[in-house]
Amino acid sequence: MLDLFREFFIQLAEDQPRWNFIFFYDARQWARVVEGLYYTLLLSVACVIFSVVIGIVGAWAQGSPSRLLRSIVQGYIQFFRNTPPFVQLLFFYFALGQFTPTYSPDGWLQVPIISNVGWAIISLSFFAGAFNVEIFRAGIEAVPESTREASESLGFSRLQTYTEVVLPLAFRVSLPALNNNLVNLVKTTTQAFAIAVPELLYQSVTIWNDFPSAQYPTMLMLFCVYIGLVGILVLGMHRWEKAMQIPGYGARA
Amino acid sequence: MADWTPEQPLVSVRDVHKSFGELEVLKGVSLDVMKGEVICIIGPSGSGKSTLIRCINALNDIQKGSILVEGQEVHDPDLDKLELRKKVGMVFQQYNLFPHKTALENIMMAPLKVLKEPKSEVEKRARSLLAKVRLDGKEDSYPGELSGGQQQRVAIARSLAMQPDVMLFDEVTAALDPETVKEVLVTIKDLAQDGMTCILVTHEMGFAREVADHIYFTDRGVIVEHGPPATFFDDAKDPRTKEFLSQIL
Repeated sequence: MLDLFREFFIQLAEDQPRWNFIFFYDARQWARVVEGLYYTLLLSVACVIFSVVIGIVGAWAQGSPSRLLRSIVQGYIQFFRNTPPFVQLLFFYFALGQFTPTYSPDGWLQVPIISNVGWAIISLSFFAGAFNVEIFRAGIEAVPESTREASESLGFSRLQTYTEVVLPLAFRVSLPALNNNLVNLVKTTTQAFAIAVPELLYQSVTIWNDFPSAQYPTMLMLFCVYIGLVGILVLGMHRWEKAMQIPGYGARA
Repeated sequence: MADWTPEQPLVSVRDVHKSFGELEVLKGVSLDVMKGEVICIIGPSGSGKSTLIRCINALNDIQKGSILVEGQEVHDPDLDKLELRKKVGMVFQQYNLFPHKTALENIMMAPLKVLKEPKSEVEKRARSLLAKVRLDGKEDSYPGELSGGQQQRVAIARSLAMQPDVMLFDEVTAALDPETVKEVLVTIKDLAQDGMTCILVTHEMGFAREVADHIYFTDRGVIVEHGPPATFFDDAKDPRTKEFLSQIL
């Protein structure tokens, strides 16, 4: 069966020289795709988690009584939301990367403690995190003041009101917007290509540089993989939204 | 505060002034509520009724005067708000239930998290309170699945679960359909008959006349007239009271 599959694509490449699906029959190119997929997944999962944490902490800090803390968060949002993520990535890796300490594993090489993969995760998490702060803030603001008052008048402290009442409600309101931002984030991980993170786009470009006949098929493969990845993310988020839905509250079916 | 005895007023409001910016809402209001008493505050909208009872449980601060609950000054900056809120229960016009919790959970939350009481005990109390407000069977319903009147009764049970000494009701029937108003009023009447001290802001004159021990009429930030219901409704002295009553009754 597998042989038949490979035979078909070898034959296709011979008949149609621009449609060389080389990764389907050449084990080395297949290995590149798999490695690329691994790094894409790594970036996506790490950035989703960190950016959500940044969002929650940032939204909390935005409601802080300290003006300094609020201005810091505001400055952070303005910077990361209003500049291109691509430039942020380059700046983090090349400019800030200059100042990171290095270590030497073998006595010869000097390796920075934050790798290009590390910088990609940091930079993209901060980028998406800036949007998440605003998304969670909108959710928090959607919780009526009177609900907070009810909680206070029952004797809840400010922190308890926040964790028991405001956050659970705000989170539900925020989910659809969060969903959108995370979809964008997964697609933006392709920009890590620029600092040579061996994710899927990087691997794809090396494949088609080595085998120009494989360019269109590799692009097709990229589309399919991202449709699949984002599809899984969206499906997961929708399930979660459903599971958290409160009868008679918020979005009605 | 320790020297408070039940012979003294449970709630004592003295010469309270409250402004929102330029707008002076309360201009020297005084009243006393004894333990077990039910008082109703009535008056035109904007006369400061709601603000007054919100001041009693420190949801609003005051500029001048004093409010004592069981001898404890509510507007003392060093006040332990938790201690105050254990004594004072409040029910709002818009119910303000927690929409992500079931009726039973709404009632259990504060005793569990604030008073840190054992769960089995709290649950037992919550179930009997639901029965008391005639909502047994609705334990697992979410607020969004209940009618306004039912939600308001859950809100009353939620406040009662903290075992307060006095209950504040802030126009609790104003957002309800006429046919569900009655079920909430019956619940409050039951409470009053059980001896709960109640302060109600209300527009339900018939109800006020029936349950109140004392009626206060407020207009433009002052108490214009007060007295027992019979005297108040049938023998009002002040022209402003007369005018208001003639519009309502």
